[in-house]
Amino acid sequence: MFNILWLIPALPFFGFLVNGLVGKKVPKGIVSWVACGVVGLAFAAALLAFKDLLALSVEERFVTQTLFTWIPSGDFLVNVGLQLDPLSAVMILVVTGVGFLIHVYSIGYMHSEEGYGRYFAYLNLFTFAMLTLVLADNFLLMFVGWEGVGLCSYLLIGFWYDKPSAANAGRKAFVVNRIGDFGFLLAMMLIFSLFGTLRFDSIFHQAPLALTFGGGMATTITLLLFLGATGKSAQIPLYIWLPDAMEGPTPVSALIHAATMVTAGVYMVARCHVLFLLAPVSLAVVAVIGALTAIFAASIGLVQNDIKRVLAYSTVSQLGYMFLGCGVGAFAAGIFHLMTHAFFKALLFLGSGSVIHALSGEQDIRKMGGIAKKVPLTYATFLVGALAISGFPGLAGFFSKDEILWKTFCSSQGSNLLWLFGALAALFTAFYMFRLLFLVFHGKSRVEHERELHLHESPPTMLFALVVLAILSIFGGYVGVPKILGGHNLFESFLEPAFTRYFVLESATEGLHSLSLEWTLLLASVAIALLGIFLAWVLYLKRAQIPATLTARLPGIYNLILNKYYVDEVYGALFVIPGRKLSEFLYARFDLGIVDGLVNFVGEFVVRAGEGLKRIQTGYVRQYGFAILLSALCVLGYFLLK
Amino acid sequence: MTFNLVLWGILAAVALGSGLAVILIRNPVYCALSLVVNFFLLAVMYLLLKAEFLAAIQVIVYAGAIMVLFIFVIMLLNLGGEETRDRLWALRAPAFLLGLVLLVEVVAALRYSAFVAENPALSFSLAIAQPTTIGGVREIGRLLFTEYLLPFEITSVLLLIAIVGAVVLSKKEAP
Amino acid sequence: MVPTHYFLFLSAVLFAIGAVGFLIRRNPIVIFLSIELMLNAVNLSFVAFSNLLGSLDGQVFVLFVMAVAAAEVAVGLAIIVAVFRARTSIDVDEMNVLKW
Repeated sequence: MFNILWLIPALPFFGFLVNGLVGKKVPKGIVSWVACGVVGLAFAAALLAFKDLLALSVEERFVTQTLFTWIPSGDFLVNVGLQLDPLSAVMILVVTGVGFLIHVYSIGYMHSEEGYGRYFAYLNLFTFAMLTLVLADNFLLMFVGWEGVGLCSYLLIGFWYDKPSAANAGRKAFVVNRIGDFGFLLAMMLIFSLFGTLRFDSIFHQAPLALTFGGGMATTITLLLFLGATGKSAQIPLYIWLPDAMEGPTPVSALIHAATMVTAGVYMVARCHVLFLLAPVSLAVVAVIGALTAIFAASIGLVQNDIKRVLAYSTVSQLGYMFLGCGVGAFAAGIFHLMTHAFFKALLFLGSGSVIHALSGEQDIRKMGGIAKKVPLTYATFLVGALAISGFPGLAGFFSKDEILWKTFCSSQGSNLLWLFGALAALFTAFYMFRLLFLVFHGKSRVEHERELHLHESPPTMLFALVVLAILSIFGGYVGVPKILGGHNLFESFLEPAFTRYFVLESATEGLHSLSLEWTLLLASVAIALLGIFLAWVLYLKRAQIPATLTARLPGIYNLILNKYYVDEVYGALFVIPGRKLSEFLYARFDLGIVDGLVNFVGEFVVRAGEGLKRIQTGYVRQYGFAILLSALCVLGYFLLK
Repeated sequence: MTFNLVLWGILAAVALGSGLAVILIRNPVYCALSLVVNFFLLAVMYLLLKAEFLAAIQVIVYAGAIMVLFIFVIMLLNLGGEETRDRLWALRAPAFLLGLVLLVEVVAALRYSAFVAENPALSFSLAIAQPTTIGGVREIGRLLFTEYLLPFEITSVLLLIAIVGAVVLSKKEAP
Repeated sequence: MVPTHYFLFLSAVLFAIGAVGFLIRRNPIVIFLSIELMLNAVNLSFVAFSNLLGSLDGQVFVLFVMAVAAAEVAVGLAIIVAVFRARTSIDVDEMNVLKW
């Protein structure tokens, strides 16, 4: 199987070519079959690769396949090569699996759209880019995938390009991503200058020797890499594009902005764990930013009124959790949460898409309510997703979130303060998730009459994905059951060789190990989840007048949070407006003045010179003769004088 | 010796005089005639330089054919002198100046060039030219048909072209 | 015998005279005459050198110069005749249409 590893990214690319070139002219059925078919086949191939990987012994689970030499330029040699190890195996399964479900869902959701072929072409291209990113065996190829997913994100966010808000959101996403990419590029250049290669394997083998522990070089490189990750994975300070990205179609939000693209940053940090472990300062930065983002975004999500915005901020918050996990050295836990989050967040987004579809386009939760009985399957799956993300015991999110919180508390890189932040964020998560659930599905119906008439459950293509994801959200966590609950934490042990291949940090992840402490924290997590759900029940179902009273009592805070702490406005004043002014200035002075001026000057000069010189042609032969004789004499004189 | 020089001096003076007459006299017929005189004198010079064949050719072709053609055309066009005011009279002084400069340069070239240094016969001392016996028609003819055959043939083509050109150019427009 | 450089001086002066004549006369026929004068001055120079160096190459060249001069005169005079027919004046300064 390993020598057809390249099929995994190649299949979606083929789908992109077909749908891109002929998508407009063929019937929608063909487009759907091609698009979903290639991703489905890619998933099958990923399964095969996974099975073959398992067949290898633990130490051997590292397979590379070099496809061809890409850039042979003197000392700089980059190949297009793929690398399969436990980490990338998990990623390709998540990307192709969840991707396949979302492709199928899109058939139903987008069936009346005009740009049907274009949509699926972009979706396939995205899948190709994401798979390239996770399968790459060197930084440059990973960067190609990195940029590719950024591009597809732009294309898909601005899918309805004649809507100004969508076009602006797409542009904002791309530009903010670019800032992060700048950091990534700088890091790549530093790495190349230090190691002479961009291949992961070579770099990570050399790293412990070439980089001093905690040294300036290691810290700089990893901080720059992390800057790229904050851009792609929407952490502080570059998270501002993700909420706006909800302008795109809902399946896009599910795939790109929940399950896959935003996880690229986490994957990258996990992949470069060797470099990060050599720079404890950077790891601390990662953890702190992760925790801060988690709580910050969760707080904004408490008061949002658009169903997708709540989920967007939830995504930013959960990504913070993943970075928190990586930042305390628990890379496996971070990836575990990445996987479970992919399941339930995609489920929640697709569910919200189902709700929006049922309500003929309504997205404001103040205008929903009481629709649970009309859309039973949507409600049931949404409930599962909400329980999972809140960390309700037994479901997927419980295991992964608890793992991260435990490691944060006990690891030598972690701290109790960070645990507190994480716990608070968990409380907020449970609260806002159930606030959303109650406001959308329960209580009295506040739906506009027109829409109420057309309320209907979604078509089977959409429901299929919801059901599968619900099942995964319930059972997906069982691969990572921790030891204290009697499990073997298969997930962590599966990923272990990927994280201990190059060097083993002195048991950073196994600090305090008292069992009772672990049990206490576990129960605390459960209590927090239940508390959050209870509070939401009280405030939105039992005594539904409380939220309004609170808002009236504390208008300042409420408005601050509702307006996302005015971060966008601050950025605008600090960066966007000066940037725009600078561009205008440069445009007027430099582009128009100097560049255009130079070109025009050349033209003008030629014309003027010509007009001046033409006067030599007087028409008098004798003058011509005079000139000839004069010049002949000058030449003769010159030679005489030599 | 000196007799030769004196004779030569007289011939040179007349040649110069007729040359000046060509450029200064108003009436074009007189200019042409003085040029004929110049050509005759040059023929004599050639004789002095032992180029007998060329002297003969000079008289026959130049003085006899070309100048006749000139006179024909002058008569045909029935030209008078130049009556109207010269528009470019500002060119006169610079022209003379240029002529002077030309003269100076050529003399300087003669005096100081490397060729002169190698050939003492050319120096300004009154060295005597080697007496050599250069042949006449026979020798020139031999050269013409062996070494210089190609230019010879091309010249004949050139003359043909000139004939054709002259005929075409002077045809009257068909009525 | 007469020293060679005397002939060369004479040739130079005749050439200069011809050049000046070319520049100061307005009658095209006379201009042509000046050109012929220049050509002959050069011929004299050639023959002088041929005499000095004892080789006949100079004289052969003179022959060619004469032939070319003849051709040139033929065509040139034909042109002048044609122009006169068109314009009746043959002041060279009148022929100044080819200007800017």
